[in-house]
Amino acid sequence: MRIQKVDVAVVGGGPAGLAAAIAASSGGAEKVTILDRNKTLGGILPQCIHNGFGLHRFKEDLTGPEYAQRFIDRVEELKIEVKLETMVLNIRPEKKILAINAKEGIFEIEAGSVVLAMGCRERSRGALSIPGTRPSGILTAGVAQQWINLEGYLPGKRIVILGSGDIGLIMARRLTLEGAEVKAVVEIMPYPGGLTRNVVQCLYDFDIPLFLEHTISFIHGKDRVEAVTIARVNEEKEFIPGTEKFIDCDTLLLSVGLIPENELSSSAGVRLDPFTGGPVVDERRQTSLEGIFACGNVVQVYDLVDHVSLEGDIAGKNAALYALGKLKQPKRLIKLIPGRNIHSLVPQLISGEDMTTIFVRVKTPEKSVKLKMGQGIKEVKKPLVNPNQTLTSTLSLKELVLLNALDEVEVSIIKEGRE
Amino acid sequence: MDKTREIICIICPLSCQIKIRVKNKKIVSLESNGCRRGKEYAEQEFYNPQRVLTTTIKVKNSDSSPLLPVRTDKPIPKEKLRECMQYLANIEVETPIEIGQIIASNILKTAVNVIATRRLKS
Ligand SMILES: Cc1cc2nc3c(=O)[nH]c(=O)nc-3n(C[C@H](O)[C@H](O)[C@H](O)COP(=O)(O)OP(=O)(O)OC[C@H]3O[C@@H](n4cnc5c(N)ncnc54)[C@H](O)[C@@H]3O)c2cc1C
Ligand code: SF4
Repeated sequence: MRIQKVDVAVVGGGPAGLAAAIAASSGGAEKVTILDRNKTLGGILPQCIHNGFGLHRFKEDLTGPEYAQRFIDRVEELKIEVKLETMVLNIRPEKKILAINAKEGIFEIEAGSVVLAMGCRERSRGALSIPGTRPSGILTAGVAQQWINLEGYLPGKRIVILGSGDIGLIMARRLTLEGAEVKAVVEIMPYPGGLTRNVVQCLYDFDIPLFLEHTISFIHGKDRVEAVTIARVNEEKEFIPGTEKFIDCDTLLLSVGLIPENELSSSAGVRLDPFTGGPVVDERRQTSLEGIFACGNVVQVYDLVDHVSLEGDIAGKNAALYALGKLKQPKRLIKLIPGRNIHSLVPQLISGEDMTTIFVRVKTPEKSVKLKMGQGIKEVKKPLVNPNQTLTSTLSLKELVLLNALDEVEVSIIKEGRE
Repeated sequence: MDKTREIICIICPLSCQIKIRVKNKKIVSLESNGCRRGKEYAEQEFYNPQRVLTTTIKVKNSDSSPLLPVRTDKPIPKEKLRECMQYLANIEVETPIEIGQIIASNILKTAVNVIATRRLKS
């Protein structure tokens, strides 16, 4: 088997991997290689043809393919090696990567450092257990997006969408404009999963009904979906008898959440965080294995691609330093612990040596609150927190001095006025 | 006769539900907006709601990608979205295509162009 030596190997060529590769190359790593199983670079972005990307990073309202192209151009300028249609099969803690493609067969890469940037995958029906038959015509919103925007197939004519995350909302509009009838978007929670902008511009603009606190209680149809029954749920998420509605449809789209893609990480022995579903990382985005870094949706499902690119910059820069033997390992690491109304946070560990931005996702929406770190270290007012939006908070050097006296710090959302 | 309508502001995450009262197709009063930007937004949404349209166009000669993603270079009036889609359904393009290349100019006399958002090599 051929063995190739590189300084930095980046697994995944989405926005996270692209930013990491660019930062690694700009940071002095001579040989940087991106490996991706797809035919093109950009990860999920080529199929996200809607606008709304890059408002932070470029101060422009770009579509997914436009956003990706800016990074792809830079990758070409820097002559970063790109191996497409290449599946990474295995990563070992000693930074050896096993991969396969049609041209080279199975080959091994020995890397100075590795960046994990495999993104996330969609939850599918298996994770849901809806009663009823198992007909065709049930697919995830992301797969439907790929069919419509890249391949030119409409998945159906009369559609019901389960879940009101942004992908589902964007697809409701897209399907409607392409001539399908979206009969309902059904959301189990009392509030929509996606951004208000998408609720307004993707549903209300087209009079698509949104059923909150509802879910699908039954799927009908033998070979193909013929209808679904939806029902209202109570606080325990149980169906309320007598609230059922029968909606005939030929397609059911699932937009019920994303999970970081971490099979490679866990088989390598990288420690995972039960809250994010991704690797535990420090502020340099190093995982529990020295020289293996991670960034983007593989670490935590982010709402904005801008955050993903930012994290790619950090991981790539530090991966280059590691490969060059210049990364100082921190003396100690302080643990950040999710407290009240915190779903997950990144990074989970900080050295306390450098200014650090933490990314936080909350569990439920709340108004007039504060983001609080430790006792008297930091409190920032937030008029509103929402699970669909990542909160960011940057720790200044002064705050880090306070933090440095501790081994762990709780991060929580507290009601304003309460101490 | 006065009518009331609610407009949800999308300018910031607070999502204020702005209440407007309408008389003779004009806004006569506006409340529950958290700030000035909400007033401007509600007026724009009431008098002339506009949206950026993104969609795809058929590519004649490409074996790698049968579709080209496109967008309007400025927002167009909301009520023209569907008409615009119909117009674009009949257009076909040939590679090579550059990002920003005009695919349809002055669409439906709106003074807005439809431009490519992806590079397709020939
Ligand atoms: C439908 C949808 C709409 C969105 N809308 C917006 C929006 O409006 N604005 C915004 O800012 N953000 C939006 N986002 C979020 C943004 O697109 C993502 O946060 C971003 O794409 C994540 O980047 P990533 O590089 O971490 O992952 P991805 O883009 O998923 O890239 C991961 C890459 O890794 C590759 N890979 C995985 N495993 C392997 C393996 N074993 N071997 C080789 N390659 C592998 C995959 O092929 C893929 O190319 C949207 C996301 C989706 C899905
Ligand atoms: S009115 Fe002002 S505060 Fe309210 S959502 Fe709009 S921009 Fe935000």
